[in-house]
Amino acid sequence: MKQRIPLLVFLAVLALGPQLLPEFYITLLNYIGLYSIVALGLVLLTGVGGLTSFGQAAFVGLGAYATGYLTTAHELSPWLGLLAGLGVTAAVALVLGFLTLRLSGHYLPLGTIAWGISLYFLFGNLEFLGGHTGLTGIPVLEFFGLKLSTGREFYYLIWVVLLGAVLATQNLLDSREGRAIRALKGGGLMAESMGVDTARTKTIIFLIAALFACVSGWLYAHLQRFVNPTPFGLHIGIEYLFMAVVGGAAHVWGALVGAGVLTILKQWLQDILPKIFGQSGNFEVIFFGIMLILVLQRARDGLWPWLVRLVPVKAKQQRTVAETEPLPCRQMPAAGTVLLEVKDARKQFGGLVANDNMSLTVKAGEVMALIGPNGAGKSTMFNCISGVDTLTSGEIRFLGERTETLVSREMARRGMGRTFQHVRLLPTMSVLENVAIGAHLRGAKGVLSSSLHLERAEEARLLSEARRQLERVGLGEHLFDEAGSLPLGQQRILEIARALCVDPCLLLLDEPAAGLRYLEKQALAELLRKLRAQGMGILLVEHDMDFVMGLADRVVVMEFGEKISEGLPEEVQKDPIVLEAYLGGVE
Amino acid sequence: MTTPILQVNELCVSYGKVEALHHINLKVEAGKIVTVIGPNGAGKTTLLSAIMGLLPSKGEIAFQGEVQRDIEVEHLVAMGMTLVPEKRELFGEMSVEDNLLLGAFMRYRAGDRDQGKTMDQVFGTFPRLRERRAQLAGTLSGGERQMLAVGRALMAKPKLLMLDEPSLGLAPLIVREIFHIIAELKQTGVAILLVEQNARAALQIADYGYVLETGSIALEGESRALADDPRVVETYLGLGGKKQ
Amino acid sequence: MDLQIALLLGQDGIVNGAIYALLALALVLVFAVTRVIFIPQGEFVAYGALTLAAFQAGKTPGTLWLLLGAGALVALIDTVMALRAGSMGRLKRIALWDLALPAAIAGLVLWLEPGRLPLWAQVTLALAIVIPLGPLIYRLAYQPLAEASVLVLLIVSVAVHLTLVGLGLLFFGAEGSRTTPFSEAQFNLGMLTVNGQTLWVLGASVVLIVGLYLFFGRTLYGKALRATAINRVGARLMGISTTMAGKLSFTLAAGIGALSGILIAPITTVYYDTGFLVGLKGFVAAIIAGLVSYPLAAAGAILVGLLEAFSSFWASAFKEVIVFTLIIPVLVWRSLTSHHVEEEE
Repeated sequence: MKQRIPLLVFLAVLALGPQLLPEFYITLLNYIGLYSIVALGLVLLTGVGGLTSFGQAAFVGLGAYATGYLTTAHELSPWLGLLAGLGVTAAVALVLGFLTLRLSGHYLPLGTIAWGISLYFLFGNLEFLGGHTGLTGIPVLEFFGLKLSTGREFYYLIWVVLLGAVLATQNLLDSREGRAIRALKGGGLMAESMGVDTARTKTIIFLIAALFACVSGWLYAHLQRFVNPTPFGLHIGIEYLFMAVVGGAAHVWGALVGAGVLTILKQWLQDILPKIFGQSGNFEVIFFGIMLILVLQRARDGLWPWLVRLVPVKAKQQRTVAETEPLPCRQMPAAGTVLLEVKDARKQFGGLVANDNMSLTVKAGEVMALIGPNGAGKSTMFNCISGVDTLTSGEIRFLGERTETLVSREMARRGMGRTFQHVRLLPTMSVLENVAIGAHLRGAKGVLSSSLHLERAEEARLLSEARRQLERVGLGEHLFDEAGSLPLGQQRILEIARALCVDPCLLLLDEPAAGLRYLEKQALAELLRKLRAQGMGILLVEHDMDFVMGLADRVVVMEFGEKISEGLPEEVQKDPIVLEAYLGGVE
Repeated sequence: MTTPILQVNELCVSYGKVEALHHINLKVEAGKIVTVIGPNGAGKTTLLSAIMGLLPSKGEIAFQGEVQRDIEVEHLVAMGMTLVPEKRELFGEMSVEDNLLLGAFMRYRAGDRDQGKTMDQVFGTFPRLRERRAQLAGTLSGGERQMLAVGRALMAKPKLLMLDEPSLGLAPLIVREIFHIIAELKQTGVAILLVEQNARAALQIADYGYVLETGSIALEGESRALADDPRVVETYLGLGGKKQ
Repeated sequence: MDLQIALLLGQDGIVNGAIYALLALALVLVFAVTRVIFIPQGEFVAYGALTLAAFQAGKTPGTLWLLLGAGALVALIDTVMALRAGSMGRLKRIALWDLALPAAIAGLVLWLEPGRLPLWAQVTLALAIVIPLGPLIYRLAYQPLAEASVLVLLIVSVAVHLTLVGLGLLFFGAEGSRTTPFSEAQFNLGMLTVNGQTLWVLGASVVLIVGLYLFFGRTLYGKALRATAINRVGARLMGISTTMAGKLSFTLAAGIGALSGILIAPITTVYYDTGFLVGLKGFVAAIIAGLVSYPLAAAGAILVGLLEAFSSFWASAFKEVIVFTLIIPVLVWRSLTSHHVEEEE
């Protein structure tokens, strides 16, 4: 309870505000609230998801103009105005997202700059929207006969909407979909391999951010009761992004801090600067620009983390995971069934042949090791099998189905779990949450139920599964540690737990023993033996020969992208071709 | 006793909170070839990157007896240290000749204008590059790329040449050719630090060797002694088994 | 529309397109070398034009004070860093480039009273003030973030843009300016009247483009910039520092921007914030080229210029909307043709 005190104090001050404060501050707080709603969308989009938009002001404009037009020209209800605004915004966001989200990161912000300018000029030049003068006479909002005609009355509506949005965003981030969103920044490839459709996830957060902006615009229109193009121009869109970045783009409360600081600062600077410079103009942008550069250079996480350190109350991290009924598991194929079959695989990058003539099989209940010197093409083979890359020619069959054209998340869906040579986890997330990403496809609840936390039963089962797998690999004591704080060896083990959460019948392990100490290696070997006994097929790429030779049932040796030897471990160890490949030829 | 060209004392490198190299001590004497061998993933590339200033590290690096305080790549290149990286890092969309010219960039900045002569020497070492001088680097074969990478490094007239896995991905015949050339380069007086997985070839041409295993130096010695040491084979193929 | 109007619009479009082409080249260059999406490119256009206009109005341009201030700030920061690193050798360079050079330019401007000088001297002085701002801004805003992601650098660019626009307003006020044309000559080619300034713009653009071509193809520094763009690690291993490449490309970009501004100032009225839209149109062209290809960027720029000229005739109110909406089909085309494999920065 103690960690809630700052929040309760904040809410109490907010609730009492209109009773105590003069009009000027109410207006200021109203604007801070409206801006915060937009900035909150940017926290989700930019701070958490790693995407950026300079065009949020245009979405605000869509919300404002939609209701402005419908309530004045057609005298429809503001509620219809809200619905129409949300509809138009969603349509525009989906089209824009579809166009730019598949391109590399900087096309989205560039697209939003162009889009922000276009829409601004469009608002100003369309006759039915009133041109540059805009629309006047927008009606007041009415709740069950209660008219919100003054700023003091409107205040509560704005802040209830904002706090509702904050709560929903927090809920969303703490859920199955939320983990997928948090994986976007720096973990896209990993998330795809765990079954997350990252393109869809990106579209979702872009849509949510746009809809938040639209709601803010709707509120703005009915608060101001007139709209013109000025507040929806590109420069305001840029200011929204500044708010998110300055406040702390990775934290929901950062949006409020940023909106508050920038709004007050702008007010103050607009007051004093013209006096200092002796002429009028928007000189505050000089300081905003410099401030943003300094924030990015010196404190890229913004003001919020710094504020939190000032508050003496430490948030409690330790949580428990409820005991639940386990998730359903797939039927394991009988031992000896061929799980994976690669035939005549060839992979070419430009003129470089990375794999040629590669064939191998992995059966249920065996450990197959793929070894070879550096640059032999093992990783390429691994990537093609797991759907990260596609073969130039040849065949891959998984459980009898041709899979060489499938992407990695489809491989996860079919029962392939994998780890990465260079550990790919989300270092600031807990060990438990990292592993729970592996269970993504075993849950089904979407964004809406996540924001309302109606999916707690399913969520509990997912987390419980993640804990079960962590206990299985021996990390049961680190559930709530930050994943990045584990030593490298344990991070590799974490990746195995995550892969097991996929509920695989075939496990692809890329150098799992690298960086492990002797005892840890023995424990890992023990775990893999146990999995093998339960019918799991394991394909192992490994350099540690002790480890491979003591564990593998069969070994394939690669050099120059081709198979040079295959057989039982002791046969391969004695093969002179292998010795030469590893130690180099003797003249 | 002369000052070594390169002396590394207690070098440690960490990735985040994870230490990848532990307390490495190593030195390269003038005019010698020193090799660091070891299996995949032992930290060989990390070691060279740290010496070259591409990675932050702790410990002391002295070049020609002078301890380097601010280790910046550009500064070290100007002092006479060059690295031929594992990935070659050629300028693929530029001609062989331009690649070589850029190798002498630092000398050009310092006022040297004898690039033509140095290039002739490089072409003398690698006649194949002369034939391909107008070709784009990206269109060269694997062996030619390696030659270009070494040639480009030589254009800087280095005092210390560091080679990261020059045999990587090359067919045995070309590996032999490259190693032959490396052995010849020693005659020109340049000191060479050779990082290799191909232990036999490396030990054949080197004067002294270190065996790197999981981030630490496991063995060191005269290369002839190392070549006969059964423990080297063990680290590679895990035949012995009992290491703690 | 008759042929005469079409020719006139075509001429307008090509002149604007030539300027957009120059800016697009600078944007592609800066992005390739530093990964910075250089939104403030347009501010250099405005600064160049308005600095020249200030000379002609007999005023001292505010950009001069900016030059001195930025130079002093860089000198201060670099001196502190040099002292911390214990490398005294850098101090001489700092004093020369960040203090002495700006002071010399300032002294020259204040002493010469450029308003009375011939046009070429005014242009030279205006360039001398604006161009050094390029590397100084690189040093202050971007260099500390050289390893940051493209996205962070983009946000920095937007911040720099805002700061420079605000300063532009402070230095030059809200009124626009025009400068004296380079040439008052007019040539009649059949139905078409071509005036001298048009030829100046086209001629200067061609000369500049050829100059850049020679710089990148023939000089070692030009090759070093290309090398950095192709392979950053490889270039560093040759001793080509990221900082040097960054400053050099910003110098070029500032020069191209300022010269573009000086070329268009006699044709259109330039305001403190004109640069932004001009620069963004260069961007549309650069995006057409995927931010990598120089010839495509130039072709895209001519297309943007023509589209702008003709839409200003048919639907002048929607001119900007049409130009910036052009980016949408371009992005569609790019997203259909690129095989972007998502990978972490």
